[in-house]
Amino acid sequence: MKYGYFPGCSADSTARDMHTSTVAVAQALGIELIEPKGWTCCGATAGHQTDRFLSVALPAASLAKVKDDGLDMVVSCAACYNRMKVANHEIQQSDEMRRAVADALGRDYDGSVRVRHFLEVLLEDLGIDKVAALAKHSLGGLKVACYYGCLLVRPNEVTKFDDPENPTSLDRLVNALGGEGLEWPHKVECCGGGLSMSRTDVVVSLTDAILEMAKASGAQCVTVGCPMCQINLDMRQLDIRKQMGKSHDMPIVYITQLLGLCLGVPAQQLGLEKLMIPAGDIVKTIGSAA
Amino acid sequence: MAITIKKNVETEGLIRRIEQMTGTDLSTCYQCKRCTSGCPVSKLAGSPPSEIMRRLHLKAGDELLDSEIVWMCVSCETCSARCPMGIDVAAVMDALRQLAREKKAAPQEGNVPLFNRAFLETVKFFGRTYDIAMIAAYKLGTRKFMDDTEKFPSMLKKRKIALLPSLKGDRKTTRRIFQKANERKEAER
Repeated sequence: MKYGYFPGCSADSTARDMHTSTVAVAQALGIELIEPKGWTCCGATAGHQTDRFLSVALPAASLAKVKDDGLDMVVSCAACYNRMKVANHEIQQSDEMRRAVADALGRDYDGSVRVRHFLEVLLEDLGIDKVAALAKHSLGGLKVACYYGCLLVRPNEVTKFDDPENPTSLDRLVNALGGEGLEWPHKVECCGGGLSMSRTDVVVSLTDAILEMAKASGAQCVTVGCPMCQINLDMRQLDIRKQMGKSHDMPIVYITQLLGLCLGVPAQQLGLEKLMIPAGDIVKTIGSAA
Repeated sequence: MAITIKKNVETEGLIRRIEQMTGTDLSTCYQCKRCTSGCPVSKLAGSPPSEIMRRLHLKAGDELLDSEIVWMCVSCETCSARCPMGIDVAAVMDALRQLAREKKAAPQEGNVPLFNRAFLETVKFFGRTYDIAMIAAYKLGTRKFMDDTEKFPSMLKKRKIALLPSLKGDRKTTRRIFQKANERKEAER
């Protein structure tokens, strides 16, 4: 199994752990990920809030780089995933946009590279049974609040990821690994995304509500597939503690970190020490479960 | 709730321009308020999305661009996903932001336009984001130097902030994209 792989800019900074755990898990499962040379930023939220053309042409530049190899583009960041899918959609919908993008890229790109989240590759291409069969450790009944956020599921007619109001992809994987994906109402609520620095107050208020609900639902940890969700829910717990005097102490782990532990990948390779709220108890639970 | 509309010199207000920019027919909104019910910031921002739609119907003009929700909107797209008429409300928000920037509406709390500019400038220059430069440009502009500084040491230690920018991206193409975006903007004027 061979794919193009887009790590996204956060792979070099805030989400190094998302990147290293994705690569380690892929290796353990026999999935070959090839980074296209010279990939560039997708423009993220700032791009689409600023200019429509920019928001399409920026992700298209990286997609065009795998077009000739005939590979799908696998993405571990939900934000890059979303921007790439929207770019493909806009290019397919509008000849004018396709021509304008071709003019900027110096080559035609038809919007046809299939964009997949790493989770989709695990569930659709490899299959949940195969992933579970390769696991060396069980999640040992770990109660996990699976948090999907916005960018995987919306706009659903474009991303076509799972059910937009009650997705279960992460839950199914967690359950297959011997954990318990919890029923809880905040699966697709927003964490505040790109407002983390500019409107920290908004992000603190939104993340507090999500964490509060995860805790009330009995979660021992929250699992995510998006670096913005991860850093907002993880790091902003320090602000919630400082500003509201509340300690949620809720570890926020990438699904690839949980899966990696089950596959027997050393914690170091999964970047677990990078979490702001430590996940030591989870590592111990999984390590000791057969 | 009563809505007061200040009439602009353009009697049509912003609605036609927004419809043009987003390719949507806003007249189909019948104020069911599902967008507002699902909006994570409607409680925090003064005017929720359904009110913005109503104001547009009532031919609101540039004063709409000063609404807090224009920049407090988190682009989560819940409004678009839940609209029974299929109106892309999130695209309306993007259009309002673009107009706010074009017409130089007063910056709001947090100055999101400055943040976006700082972000995109590093992308233009390096081909990929470079957090330290972006944060520095943003902090210089907002003068909120102390926010989050207490987290920097541990983030550096955990290598959650890269000291040096990545130069592996295809910067030439990225710059050409930005140049073309500018040319398109100029041509529109």
